[in-house]
Amino acid sequence: MSNQQLSQYAPRLEGMARDYGLDYYPVDFELVPNTFMMEVAVYGLPVRMPHWSFGVRYIYQYVQHRMGHSRIFEVVFPGDPNRAYLVTDNKLAENTLVTAHVLGHADFSKNNALFGRMQSQVGFRIVEQAAERAHRIQQAIEEHGQRHVEAVLDAALALEQNIDVDRDLMRSDYPVYAAAHDRETPTRGFRGRYAHLPGEDRQAGGEHGLRRSPVPPQPEYDLLWFIARYGPELEDWERDVFLAVREESFYFYPLFACQIMNEGWASYWHARLLREADFLPQQLYLDAIKAHSDVVRPYAGSESVSLSINPYHVGFCIWEKIIEDRGLDAAFRIRTEEDDYGFIRNYLDEDLARQLQLFAYTHRRPRAGEDRYVVEDRDIHQLRELILAPKFNYGAPRVYVQHLAVDGSLTLRHEAGIDGRGLDLPRARKVLEYIQRVWRRPVRLHTAGGSGEEEVLEVSD
Amino acid sequence: MSGTDSNRPVSRMATANRWYDLFSRGARDWLRHNEKVRETVREQLPDLIAGTDILSRPGDRTVQVPVRFLEHYRFRLRDNDAEEGVGQGAGKPGDVYRRARGREGGKAGEGGSGDGELQFVLELKVDDIVEWIWEELRLPDLKPKTTDALTDEDLVQEGWDRRGPRARLDRRRTVKEAIKRRAAQSDPVPFTNDDLRFRQLARRKRPAINAVVVFILDVSASMDETRRKLAKAFFFWATQGLRRQYGELETVFIAHTNEAWEFSEEEFFQVAATGGTVASTGFRLASEILAERYDPARYNQYLFYASDGDNFGDDRDSADRSLCELGDGMNFMGFVETPQNPFESSKSEMGRLFNALRVRNYPVGIYTVHNDGDIWDAIRAFFRQQQEAA
Repeated sequence: MSNQQLSQYAPRLEGMARDYGLDYYPVDFELVPNTFMMEVAVYGLPVRMPHWSFGVRYIYQYVQHRMGHSRIFEVVFPGDPNRAYLVTDNKLAENTLVTAHVLGHADFSKNNALFGRMQSQVGFRIVEQAAERAHRIQQAIEEHGQRHVEAVLDAALALEQNIDVDRDLMRSDYPVYAAAHDRETPTRGFRGRYAHLPGEDRQAGGEHGLRRSPVPPQPEYDLLWFIARYGPELEDWERDVFLAVREESFYFYPLFACQIMNEGWASYWHARLLREADFLPQQLYLDAIKAHSDVVRPYAGSESVSLSINPYHVGFCIWEKIIEDRGLDAAFRIRTEEDDYGFIRNYLDEDLARQLQLFAYTHRRPRAGEDRYVVEDRDIHQLRELILAPKFNYGAPRVYVQHLAVDGSLTLRHEAGIDGRGLDLPRARKVLEYIQRVWRRPVRLHTAGGSGEEEVLEVSD
Repeated sequence: MSGTDSNRPVSRMATANRWYDLFSRGARDWLRHNEKVRETVREQLPDLIAGTDILSRPGDRTVQVPVRFLEHYRFRLRDNDAEEGVGQGAGKPGDVYRRARGREGGKAGEGGSGDGELQFVLELKVDDIVEWIWEELRLPDLKPKTTDALTDEDLVQEGWDRRGPRARLDRRRTVKEAIKRRAAQSDPVPFTNDDLRFRQLARRKRPAINAVVVFILDVSASMDETRRKLAKAFFFWATQGLRRQYGELETVFIAHTNEAWEFSEEEFFQVAATGGTVASTGFRLASEILAERYDPARYNQYLFYASDGDNFGDDRDSADRSLCELGDGMNFMGFVETPQNPFESSKSEMGRLFNALRVRNYPVGIYTVHNDGDIWDAIRAFFRQQQEAA
């Protein structure tokens, strides 16, 4: 059975999906060779800017693939239309399953609120847009040389996750002057009487009620935007590179923040659609279900334990329970409203956690060859937070711009209190070096040292 | 497609490959990564290869340097003493697990440190490395001894003769002569004996470009593995540098305790022996070998002696004498000291001896090497000195 059959199965699966109320932009399916798939998985996008760090990831992926540890079934890029890539060499049964899976993703990305908000900002043709950006960067390479562009990308890609997803993609500059109602010089009441002593000169700015606002006026978490916008000596094309990386980062955010939900949702629908697709040959159905149970299961199988959870499996089980307990309509509402934080906190209950055999563990730093993972007794709240912990702040330490000084020097600060500990200093220094090369003025970073004391790193020419 | 409204946009299924096989961005960026590694390797070369392990196979003209992948750095929290996580399976509180090697279903941890980390091996040509180091350290090229002192005899072709052995018959020239003669004669014969031309050879003197390096290593018990490695690294790079200059570089390896032996290069560094330290034995053996095999008129001669500086007090005069004797014919003598006590460099027995030679205007250099990092300073000092002397 060749994959040609897919063109017949796909429309019928779609018909079923729509009958269930799945609602999505059309999907452009395409069968592509494995090599291409691997690149898509590594780059996150079919055509993306060149950078050596992708080469490293590519080799890891390549080795994994060659050792048979990693198989990629599909990649789908939400948009209008969605673009889905399946692998030519995969069996028809697998690709039939994957087709249904993709429909689940397509429904999710059109209806989920977070996806919707990001997509309306980033646009609906991410593949073409990313290719266009890659093209611009290629032109920059021709014009300014590989080393120069690479230095800019080193910095921009290192800060990929340091954006502020709560702010809009399109942002205007900070107001130049602080707002007129200045808290520091009250004009009325008891304190107002003493704000200016008789005979004292009023400050020049105070005359008009205008005072230059500091930059940034409040902590700025969108480092990519700040550097692009306020870097004192960046050339226009360099700002453009930062903004290109930032835009793609906005695009990736919902995929990151809804991974468990999204994969679970797609897995639920591929299972359900295939189960009820009576037009499929019996053997094909059995093969497809086998593929399903190879993917949607705990990583370690039933015999042993795994030290990480499979988002497909956890998400799938939570959705099954939601639909069983609350019905399809509630499920549609939940897929619209939640992201992984709400999804895990609200719907991963104690029973389910027990059924899924989730456990918390502590891994102590290996001493003298001892590398031990100790299973801990944790309640459901702690378990949920442990699942979500790697997702906070886009998975990156919370670093913000504290101050841009008059001499153009940049002060960053890491919120060690919130993250629980300071930064890895050698790496942080390297990142500062990346930044300094484009910022071109001194760059400082405050974080916490090993025993909580303040550490300041500084890089200048 | 079927079963949907006709005005609703439809999904498409393209089952035919288009041009995706042609994509190779992953490979492109991988090559770029490797290029960067080579650059980095080149920048940090002295550090990298001072780790003397790469010299394990002295005969090879390439070295394999294990290289880690470059890391694209990002902000990361410092490692905690205890990391918490969530796993799946029949784990009960208190159970203890260890990670199975190489088989973990999950994604590789973001750091990628620990198990499963990939390494790759970069093969570098020794000649390239030497080339880079010379640029990097801005080392001078060496000058051979002055021409009148050192000569090689060479046979060079000079002119033609009417007589000679058949092997040197110059056919082209002979035919030319025949054509000229035939043009002048009214009734020519094709060839006569007079047409024959033979190439003439003449003896000419030219400056010698041969060199011999004698390495003498103290292998008494006090020279432990680390010291020997340092000496080896110094010897290796000094040889590479000399090899750049001289067409043919021959090496002599001598190890001594209270006796001295000659070794092959492979065996040389493996030698371990017990016994006292009588340096003059080594120097005497060197003299003998040089006198026997390497005519000072034809060879530039270099000698390096590596030891921790100790020598028997009784041997002082004898060592001094044999060194002076050697020094007369030498381009250079280097003493590589790997001292027991870092503060006593050049104050040791051998250090004093070489210092005294230097005072008496012998071409002598003393290099103190405590650790890998010092090797480059020593090498640099050696080649600088050579340039100034020239």
